[in-house]
Amino acid sequence: MAATLPPPRLLPSGDSAVTVEFSRTIDDAANERVLALDKALATTPIDGITESIPTYRSLLVHYDPGKIGFDALCEKLLPIACQPLPPSTKARRWRIPVAYGGEHGIDLEDVAKALNTTPDDIVARHVGGDYRVAMIGFTPGWSYLSGLDKSLHMSRRQSPRLFTPAGTISIGGIQAGIQCLAAPSGWHLLGRTPVRTYQLHRNPTFLTEPGDRVTFFAIDHKTFEEQDRAAEAGEIIAEQVTA
Amino acid sequence: MSRLIVATIGPASSVQDGGRHGAQRYGLTVSGAMDRLALAAANTLVGNEPLAAAVEIGPFGATFAAKDGAVRVAISGAPRNADVAGKPVAMDTSVTLKDGETLTLGFARGGAFTYLAIEGAIKGELVFGSLAVNARAGLGSPYPRPLQAGDEFTVDAASGAPELQIELPKPVSGPIRVVLGPQDDEFDDANKALFLDSEWKISATSDRMGYRLEGPAIKHLHGHNIVSDGTVNGSIQVPGNGSPIALMMDRGTSGGYPKIATVITADVGRLAQTSAGTAFRFKAVTMAEAQDEARKFQQLIRNLPDRLRSSDTVELNVEALADANVAGYAVSAMDAGTWQVTAEP
Repeated sequence: MAATLPPPRLLPSGDSAVTVEFSRTIDDAANERVLALDKALATTPIDGITESIPTYRSLLVHYDPGKIGFDALCEKLLPIACQPLPPSTKARRWRIPVAYGGEHGIDLEDVAKALNTTPDDIVARHVGGDYRVAMIGFTPGWSYLSGLDKSLHMSRRQSPRLFTPAGTISIGGIQAGIQCLAAPSGWHLLGRTPVRTYQLHRNPTFLTEPGDRVTFFAIDHKTFEEQDRAAEAGEIIAEQVTA
Repeated sequence: MSRLIVATIGPASSVQDGGRHGAQRYGLTVSGAMDRLALAAANTLVGNEPLAAAVEIGPFGATFAAKDGAVRVAISGAPRNADVAGKPVAMDTSVTLKDGETLTLGFARGGAFTYLAIEGAIKGELVFGSLAVNARAGLGSPYPRPLQAGDEFTVDAASGAPELQIELPKPVSGPIRVVLGPQDDEFDDANKALFLDSEWKISATSDRMGYRLEGPAIKHLHGHNIVSDGTVNGSIQVPGNGSPIALMMDRGTSGGYPKIATVITADVGRLAQTSAGTAFRFKAVTMAEAQDEARKFQQLIRNLPDRLRSSDTVELNVEALADANVAGYAVSAMDAGTWQVTAEP
């Protein structure tokens, strides 16, 4: 039997939530533990827990203090959080089309200049990556990805843009991302995808889940327009790879 | 069916309920009423479930007209002058608008949000169990955006039930209570003390997403970036400039600034109703005290029906007389603390 894992920190987030923190940095091993705890709580619910939210490095557990107190909840959470990790289930893999550069990726040229290379080379490095959805947050469907090529790590913009379009594919710090809705952002915009990771009246409403794997491939701007219309009509443009 | 027409309305008014739960893991914001107790009081007055959908009215005035039949409504929350066809209406009471009559609400006199509940509640298409408006995501029903003049609700015809008033307990006054954490260890003792010992004011740039706090700059121990993690209603994050932001109902589900403390559930609505520019303080309480207060708050909302009274005598109520400007005690419109005594007869 595998040894139990080191305990996470249990941090109070007010009187109705607790942050179960496995790491203070971005770390795929910690993220695996976050997702394992999340899954364990879904499989064997603890009475009083109302919702759990996985992030890069912690699981935020919302609960009803009318049903369970902080101490009693922590006592139940800790042993589950310290269990050896279950064998990892096969992750879903998505191939996401991206129209790079031009009006869809207004920072591509600047990123290339800053890294002393060409836009084509930046695209090659971006599509060469094998990414993992580490968390979803901020706005609906915003997928934070780990796995960005080290040569593309660069600090965020000095001042965030107040508007970046829906479908923006961007990089910020050591992260890559898929943004679904228009939103403010301080990241560097490389392109745009017609894929909606969130679309209200589509089944499924949300496409990506933490733990999914993602790769990108380039499409031309004309294909983008066609696929964007199809996506607006409810088509799932992302290709799910079955292997 | 009757209709309730939004004849005039200011910005920052929208349909809100108990919020949208269950999809925060996909980045879907909770939203919902900024002051749950006031929402629950208004709904209870007209026989609705406490967290049913109602109109959340921002600080500016509004008028609503009944069409195609009578409509029974109730108001609670930030106090305002209110009248139906020129006849004053007190806060925390129900009132029936006859076909063609108009309810006029003035500016909030202290506080920010007043709730207009409609008998039978607002109807619309539930998304994740909620009608609450989240303008950024284009969610909410029947209008997925702030309300505008000309909007209308198809509502139940007034039942003819007797009008009621609700006696709310004297609101807690004093500091807004917090539990420290989850990242209070990103601040040294001096800066935690500075946060707890200083006077704060809510900036005029605040909205349903967050209340920016004006006061001394709080310094971080290790810089202002943490790896993004989950947020809750009432999380107080400290960005790089040291000015804390209390995250409110339209908060992002994750954030990357250290969170020094979290407002207790029972006080989130009090903070929401604190007017811009009003000085207040925070106070740290133990988890045991916070959870005890959370349970009392739940019980208060559950037991609101026990607080209903006939409103036959409401026009003798001092508050109602003051609203009508005949009782001889003047309420300063500049006194943002006024709302805290509104429930006192």
